[in-house]
Amino acid sequence: MADRSLLILAAACAGAAAVYVAWGLQGPYGFILSLRATRLAALAIVGASVGAATVIFQTITANRLLTPGIVGFDSLFVLIQTLLVLGLGGMGYAALPAFPKFLVEILCLCAVAVALFASVLRAGSSDMTRLVLTGVILGVLMRGLTGFVQRLLDPTEFALAQAATFASFNSIDPVQVAFAAPILILALLLAWRLSPVLDVALLGRDGARSLGVDHERLTMAALAVVAMLVATSTAVAGPVTFLGLLAASLAAAALPHWRHAVLIPGAALTGALILIVGQFLFERLLGLQSTLPAIVESLGGLVFLVMVLKRRTA
Amino acid sequence: MIRVTNLGLAIDGKTILHDISARIPPQGLTAVIGPNGAGKSSLLYCLSGLTRPTSGQVSIDGADITAARTTDRARMLALLPQVTPALPRLTVADLVAFGRWPHHRGRPNDTDRRIVAQAIRDLDLDDLLDRRLDTLSGGQRQRAFIAMNHAQSTPWMLLDEPLSALDPRYASDIMARLVELSRPGTGRAIVVVMHDLAMAVRHADWVICLKAGRLFRSGPPSETLTGAGLSALFDTPIHVEHLRGRPVVIID
Amino acid sequence: MRGWTAAGLALGVLVAASLGIGAGDLSGADGGQLFLASRMPRTAAALLAGAGLALAGAVVQMAVQNRLVEPGLTGTPESAMAGLLAVTLIAPGTPLLGRMIVASVAALAGTAGFLLLARHIPREDPILLPLVGLVYGGILGSAVTWVGWTTDLMQLLSSWQLGEFSGVLQGRYELLWLIAGLAALLYAIADRITMLSLGEDRARSLGLDYRGTLLSGLVVVAVIVAAVVVTVGVLPFVGLIVPNLVSRWRGDNLRANLPMIAAAGGGAVLASDVLGRVIRWPYEIPAGTIFAVAGAVLFLWLLYAPGKAPRRHG
Repeated sequence: MADRSLLILAAACAGAAAVYVAWGLQGPYGFILSLRATRLAALAIVGASVGAATVIFQTITANRLLTPGIVGFDSLFVLIQTLLVLGLGGMGYAALPAFPKFLVEILCLCAVAVALFASVLRAGSSDMTRLVLTGVILGVLMRGLTGFVQRLLDPTEFALAQAATFASFNSIDPVQVAFAAPILILALLLAWRLSPVLDVALLGRDGARSLGVDHERLTMAALAVVAMLVATSTAVAGPVTFLGLLAASLAAAALPHWRHAVLIPGAALTGALILIVGQFLFERLLGLQSTLPAIVESLGGLVFLVMVLKRRTA
Repeated sequence: MIRVTNLGLAIDGKTILHDISARIPPQGLTAVIGPNGAGKSSLLYCLSGLTRPTSGQVSIDGADITAARTTDRARMLALLPQVTPALPRLTVADLVAFGRWPHHRGRPNDTDRRIVAQAIRDLDLDDLLDRRLDTLSGGQRQRAFIAMNHAQSTPWMLLDEPLSALDPRYASDIMARLVELSRPGTGRAIVVVMHDLAMAVRHADWVICLKAGRLFRSGPPSETLTGAGLSALFDTPIHVEHLRGRPVVIID
Repeated sequence: MRGWTAAGLALGVLVAASLGIGAGDLSGADGGQLFLASRMPRTAAALLAGAGLALAGAVVQMAVQNRLVEPGLTGTPESAMAGLLAVTLIAPGTPLLGRMIVASVAALAGTAGFLLLARHIPREDPILLPLVGLVYGGILGSAVTWVGWTTDLMQLLSSWQLGEFSGVLQGRYELLWLIAGLAALLYAIADRITMLSLGEDRARSLGLDYRGTLLSGLVVVAVIVAAVVVTVGVLPFVGLIVPNLVSRWRGDNLRANLPMIAAAGGGAVLASDVLGRVIRWPYEIPAGTIFAVAGAVLFLWLLYAPGKAPRRHG
């Protein structure tokens, strides 16, 4: 049953991808194809990593309203990048070999995110809304700090760093996509290995602990995986806040199963599907190049509001 | 006297109150009782004029309350809503002074100040004058709000479950003060929505019983607060016995 | 009384610093001119904007009976920007005053929309409301950004989105003096606004024209925010932090506290502007950036401050 839903989702993704690549294809084929394939890969990577990250994050925070983006994971990544620019200087930063640089950034994000959010989670475990608001303000703080550090840079370095702070699928760097893909696959594999324990974590901290789960360790591991996923998507496309909420809620509604082994790939596929179909609609059919992030974010925001208002009656 | 005639209230198409006719005497303490969801608070809000009934009328001392001007209404009756979770950081003195607002509309004179001081004394709030509401205990806070309503100097005071969330000591203290405030000769009548039957039996001079949005019975306690009456009102066996000369409610 | 003296002294030092510090040299030949045309207006603008936003914050907090809300969390600046953007696109020749009126009306509509939303949010959980406001503002903001992007007005838009005072010159900030008038108006109706904080039922039972008072309060808020957005740009957190700090110290009686809220708000914004001029001399860091960082930290402190948790007292 669950496997079939996943297969249908995967087929839908593949179909959307094929249509996206093949629609109105004209020569020069080689050039257009590689351009479209790169963008397609970027969309799929961002959608998948954000979708999967959100499901995991919602489980360990026991809150269906959160995404890593809302609490500032991606802003943290941008902040780390900016700090690196500040520390190494614009020239030094640009001169670093790309792949090790990316790895260092991901490792930094994992370390900082685990340290920061694990302590917040521990402090606020009894009071969910306060935790959410804390996360949101942390996100604002990260963005503020990023803006602050950017102002400390020289104007040339400033331009370099600022390009990273807006979500966009227009200027995709094929090299980044090539780095991001293996990291995404690695992170998804780790997530898949965690999924049985994440199922138990749905019982809540105490419930899981009474069944012998080391909740602290699980939280750390899950946060590290989330950080990897967020770093991947942010590096490719910049920060996205609400897409994950859209993907996770749609996946939860579409899939007949709550098990993470199904839910995580399901949300990943849903996220990818949303972005591919959305990009196809806006780029090919409506001719609006840069609209997709704004629309997806607004839709996700609306999902958030609806969920809050519905919770009132629940 | 408050006279309610064929009062009906529907919210979003759902009938809350249905064809209620009753009167409330202009002195003493009237208790509004009934099971949860019977419409007690809705009735109180209709009496206060803050909720406009869908049909029927509420007249207070002969005047139609829904037609009254805002200020006139606020000089005729004071309402104590249920406690809200969000409390402003006002001092007790600030709060009680707001009770005179319907009278001076922003320009207090000596009379207003005198009445505020008296209200503070009447409710023994002298020691708490400069304390902020959010630092008070539940009972003290309720006293401060009642003092504000007292300072409003209205012939009618309407209270919506003032005893909820208070422990027995504070509850009986508040109740005793309400009895004091509605003593014959004070020119004030009090209407209280309450859950505590023991309190109603001991202190009420008049009782309105609501059940499922309709008037079940109304009248003096001797007619309404009987074992048979209460049993039928709450659909559960209730006895009213006398212990050392006082009525006591026993729920099976 | 000692509090007042200290506050007055601090404000005096700040004003002196603001008048004396800057990239230009006052002792030069054009020093007098520079002083009159730039330093004085800049100092006045920071004081007025800060005072206005702090008062607006106090009014909004009383209107929704929630201490964790401020105009920036009710979609007010975003709707003001939407109004400004609309005027720029539809009637580009509109004079400043006309723009201001449209922006104020739009801000009022946006804030009213938030209030309608707020009616459906349970009061028991005061932390939910700012969260909803954040998302509401985010949706409005992303719509505005999208319009700005597609119409090539991002430059204009970004001057509204980040508050800074370096562009304040004589002849370009005078609109802010509206705030002084609005503060006087607010003082006249201070008791009524305070009564809003007792809740709708109590306020009406005291004979207050609840809707009328609410509306006048919101009009004041909308006009203040619109004026600040038009002249210097958004300054986040001012309306949240300042009234909260004053309220902790002196309570919620608006008539008694209004001068203190205004002074503290003006002082705080002026302080961040002066700081922004000094940190990265001779470059400037926008006051809005500094306040975003400091404000987020203070907000977290308010959220977790021991004893007087906003949870219970909203």
